[in-house]
Amino acid sequence: MNTLSLAARDSATMLRRNLLHARRYPSLTLNLLFTPIMLLLLFVFIFGDTMSAGIGGGDRSAYIAYIVPGLLLMTIGSTVVGTSVSVANDMAEGIIARFRTMAIHRGSVIVGHVVGSVVQSVASVVLVGAVAVAIGFRATDATLLEWFAAFGLLVLFATALTWIAVGLGLISPNAEAASNNAMPLILMPLLSSAFVPVEAMPGWIQPIAQYQPFTPAIETLRGLLLGSEIGDNGWLAVAWCVGLAVAGYIWSTARFNRDPR
Amino acid sequence: MTTPAIAANRLRKSYGDKAVLDGVDLTVAEGTVFSLLGPNGAGKTTTVKILSTLISPGPDSGEIRVAGHDLATDPQAVRAAIGVTGQFSAVDGLITGEENMLLMADLHHLPRREGRRVAADLLERFDLVAAAKKPASTYSGGMKRRLDIAMTLVGDPRIIFLDEPTTGLDPRSRHNMWQIIRGLVADGVTVFLTTQYLEEADQLADRIAVLNDGGIAAEGTAEELKRLIPGGHVRLRFTDPAAYRGAAAALGAAVRDEEALALNVPSDGGQRDLHSILDRLHAASVEADELTVHTPDLDDVFFALTGGGVPQQPQQSEQPTEAVR
Ligand SMILES: Nc1ncnc2c1ncn2[C@@H]1O[C@H](COP(=O)(O)OP(=O)(O)OP(=O)(O)O)[C@@H](O)[C@H]1O
Ligand SMILES: [Mg+2]
Repeated sequence: MNTLSLAARDSATMLRRNLLHARRYPSLTLNLLFTPIMLLLLFVFIFGDTMSAGIGGGDRSAYIAYIVPGLLLMTIGSTVVGTSVSVANDMAEGIIARFRTMAIHRGSVIVGHVVGSVVQSVASVVLVGAVAVAIGFRATDATLLEWFAAFGLLVLFATALTWIAVGLGLISPNAEAASNNAMPLILMPLLSSAFVPVEAMPGWIQPIAQYQPFTPAIETLRGLLLGSEIGDNGWLAVAWCVGLAVAGYIWSTARFNRDPR
Repeated sequence: MTTPAIAANRLRKSYGDKAVLDGVDLTVAEGTVFSLLGPNGAGKTTTVKILSTLISPGPDSGEIRVAGHDLATDPQAVRAAIGVTGQFSAVDGLITGEENMLLMADLHHLPRREGRRVAADLLERFDLVAAAKKPASTYSGGMKRRLDIAMTLVGDPRIIFLDEPTTGLDPRSRHNMWQIIRGLVADGVTVFLTTQYLEEADQLADRIAVLNDGGIAAEGTAEELKRLIPGGHVRLRFTDPAAYRGAAAALGAAVRDEEALALNVPSDGGQRDLHSILDRLHAASVEADELTVHTPDLDDVFFALTGGGVPQQPQQSEQPTEAVR
């Protein structure tokens, strides 16, 4: 068997193992879904009327439309925190030492986590999206192509954040440390255009809010689903995703290849 | 001579400025059992980890070859030839024992049907059939250990590293494990074994090395090591203090144990020696209540080589090679 098909086969085995874990112990995944769904309901039904004033009037359904793209990306952020935790947990398991002494593709352990996490992220996004639709979110103006592009963006974004999350999991000695280290991935959307427009924030924070990874991705998703202006955000989003994915990949593999503690 | 299964030259490893291994040379012939002994913290696990590619050797180590492959340049070829059961459990606790076995089969790229057969066979051999469908985290320590070793055997490795494989096993499981190790060796597998049970090394190993202070303190067959140190004696026990004193006077060279009313007479345990002891007791008209012959065992060797010396009182629990009442 050549190296590539060996890599694919071992990664598929590792993926099966991770999905088995997720299926046996679904509480972690479900807990992580809780945050974005709660935020969605909170912002729409409790703060909705006040917040919608902040985006220039409009009714509650306009605000739902405004925040759903951000919440979908936040869902990815919170799912990958779970990835950091499960990577840290997994690295503490003795079986990782066994894998390291077997003639398997070296990266398959990590690739298994990454693919598993992206699959989970997409599933979570679909679930949160379904809740959004149930409370009145509509994107009927989007073309089929725009839907595909939106889906592609979500997968790309999930891949990028996952590689970073895996790296964060690898440097964490235990689950608590991992969830602390990965916390920014949940908090970053709060400093983006997810809930209020960047222009409504204090001046000094605006450059950060404007150019951090979440904002361009949110603006692009908004544009694709709701027809708002995308502008430079499309390229910025793709550049961020590719950059984070490559950096996370290099970091994680280097980290995994070090001698275990 | 064929290439040795394991040939390590000047193995070194330091943590911080503490040299754990300071130039260890090891050669293990193919198809033999090699046992590494040593006190806690001597570096046995570190040695196993290096030889099994888990951690890298110190930069100033010499050449290390396992299964004929250079550890530094071709670790993947080494991994393809070895199986490792580390000191600490290496099973996936979140999935069942059977799933653990099938995971190994998949990672060894066995066809599905063969994988199932191998997994079922090994679960059977290690007495894990009843627990096969339970999560491994619910296993007892001994069951985990057995699963661990069963997983190691999935790929039919030619060289097996076992780091304290029977620690925590009950006597039956331990003897079972010994049978399995003997079976492996009969099939030509090389076994690198560390153990705290010196009897285990005595039973299984073709060659034994004692690791101490970062180096090999002694190496050889069990017999050779036992010959390195004195320690054989005949122990006589009395219930009557008068008989004890009489015997002590008759056998001048004996080490006295007043409290137990016992005498340890240095002896090689041979017939002639025994005869002369009995003759002298007879001449003094005293009768011992119990007589046991102790030949030096690996415990004595271990204590002598790893510092601290042989404990003063050989304990009753030591296995006497022969007992006469
Ligand atoms: N990752 C590490 N970092 C620092 N020191 C270490 C590390 N691993 C091992 N050591 C030290 O190396 C020495 C040898 O440890 P090792 O585990 O090889 O001993 P051992 O002979 O297997 O002992 P035992 O019989 O208790 O299993 C110990 O002093 C230990 O503290
Ligand atoms: Mg050890």
